[in-house]
Amino acid sequence: MTANKQFNTAGFATLFEKEVRRFMRVATQTVVTPMVTTLLYLLVFVQVLEGRYSPAVDFSYAEFLVPGLVMMAVIQNAFANSSSSLLQAKMNGSITFMLIAPLSALEILLAFTLAAVLRGALVGVGVWGVASLLTDWHLVEPLWSLAFLMLTGAALGLLGVIAAIIAEKFDHMSAFQNFVILPLTFLSGVFWSVSSLPEFWQPISALNPLLYMIDGFRYGMIGVSDFDPARSAGFAALFVALLFGQTWWLLHRGWRLRG
Amino acid sequence: MSATAAIEINALEKTYASGLKALDRVSFTVEQGEFFALLGPNGAGKSTLINTLAGLVRPSAGDAKVYGHSVQRDWRAARRALGVVPQELVFDPFFTVREVLALQAGYFGLKASRAWQDEVLEELGLSDKSETRMRGLSGGMKRRVLIAQALMHKPPVVVLDEPTAGVDVELRQLLWRFAKRLHNDGHTIVLTTHYLEEAESLCDRVAILDKGQLKTLQTTESLLNSHPWRDIEMQLLSFPSQLPASLQKLYVEQAGEWHRWRLHRDEHSVADLLEALKQQGAELKDIRTREPNLEDVFLQLVGRDDS
Ligand SMILES: Nc1ncnc2c1ncn2[C@@H]1O[C@H](COP(=O)(O)OP(=O)(O)OP(=O)(O)O)[C@@H](O)[C@H]1O
Ligand SMILES: [Mg+2]
Repeated sequence: MTANKQFNTAGFATLFEKEVRRFMRVATQTVVTPMVTTLLYLLVFVQVLEGRYSPAVDFSYAEFLVPGLVMMAVIQNAFANSSSSLLQAKMNGSITFMLIAPLSALEILLAFTLAAVLRGALVGVGVWGVASLLTDWHLVEPLWSLAFLMLTGAALGLLGVIAAIIAEKFDHMSAFQNFVILPLTFLSGVFWSVSSLPEFWQPISALNPLLYMIDGFRYGMIGVSDFDPARSAGFAALFVALLFGQTWWLLHRGWRLRG
Repeated sequence: MSATAAIEINALEKTYASGLKALDRVSFTVEQGEFFALLGPNGAGKSTLINTLAGLVRPSAGDAKVYGHSVQRDWRAARRALGVVPQELVFDPFFTVREVLALQAGYFGLKASRAWQDEVLEELGLSDKSETRMRGLSGGMKRRVLIAQALMHKPPVVVLDEPTAGVDVELRQLLWRFAKRLHNDGHTIVLTTHYLEEAESLCDRVAILDKGQLKTLQTTESLLNSHPWRDIEMQLLSFPSQLPASLQKLYVEQAGEWHRWRLHRDEHSVADLLEALKQQGAELKDIRTREPNLEDVFLQLVGRDDS
């Protein structure tokens, strides 16, 4: 039926707005606290490693680290936003209100993903802004940076949706966070260049899509990267597209959401 | 052709992943403007049926239509025509009552109408709670918000899944008044409840579901008339020490001086009973009859006791 295909724009906008209001209402917890945490990483790592390690010639370790920390903030917060919102709705049953409405899988998925991108971007830009007060700041290719920021937020927002669909309780979610998201983040070049990793880890790291996202983002910031940014962007876009397709399918089938 | 049915259920089946068959080829139709009761014991499949209409449960076979729109093929239009009040007391604790109402209208692609919100809140006695967060409401208030939410997109068909469960007397009466008003305004109402006297007084037609199957579907009146048993209660000053077997069979129970008998409409007559008792030396002081109610019919149809 054609009526089913017609995009429910107002419905999508309402859901998106709700997802944004949800985190803005507790902005101290969802935006400010993550900024502070990330800055603590900056202070500690720079204190320990400055002068001893610099993966990028011509740049101090702090200048190398800041883009990584911005991306880490994007990764964690985009994931946290969609996963916690959807899982809570599932646990308290309020997901019913969304499921009985004439909202398609596409509309639901776009709303959750874009809200996750927005939260990730807000925290990321906040981290970058404050870090810039502490160290020299660079923004060589703003468009590349923006593209990688969005792609990363989208990927993690989508992973958050998948995790919330699979999870049956909050324990499952923290397991996903600790055993999937955290290792992916740490093995992705936030704190160091992959080329400086022990040889064993290099091929494993190379399979990590986050690696290319962070590397590409860092390229946009300081103009230095391990990989060709265009290829990284291609990988990242492909990864996002695959995740989107997969998550759309789960939502469309109502897997674990509709009985 | 007659007007489109409000709800049309066609050979609907649902087998859950656990293998449990919650709906077993159920078919029936609810016409526009009806006040319809969907009854059945716990686990009969009432909520499964309602959730199928709402898109919360996917049918295993068969189909259901709301205002002529298939809940599977034409799901957007089907959902727009339907307002569902879920059985579970679900709510989003973060938002205020008014926000929750505005969101629900928005999901349906509508601009939130403050006037409509105010009207529904007023009718449901929630006017002073509009700015309260959901988590700060009592259970009965949350139940009323659920009803308000279901009405935000002004659906022609309203389905209430046990709206009076765990609700006090006053609120129950308010809810019935409200349901009647909706019905008078032209809404089709489908209701599940375990308070059968309410279904009896409100609903034109009754469907009884049991173990996933449709047991009966009749007008409330014909359902009551079809019940062949009449209860006669007698206040007796002296009770015969021995009853003939023919009377013993009809005897139900005693409460103080009152004795209850159950007579079959076609097989027994009150006159015969009185005559027989008189012969046994019983002294009658008072007599009253009790018309069968929906509960009697219900128990006869789905009663679990095999006596
Ligand atoms: N999600 C589910 N997965 C598996 N079985 C389910 C599920 N939901 C309901 N059931 C089973 O399906 C049957 C019908 O349940 P349903 O909730 O439809 O009954 P009901 O008539 O609404 O009962 P009640 O009056 O208690 O609300 C029950 O045996 C129930 O255990
Ligand atoms: Mg039920």
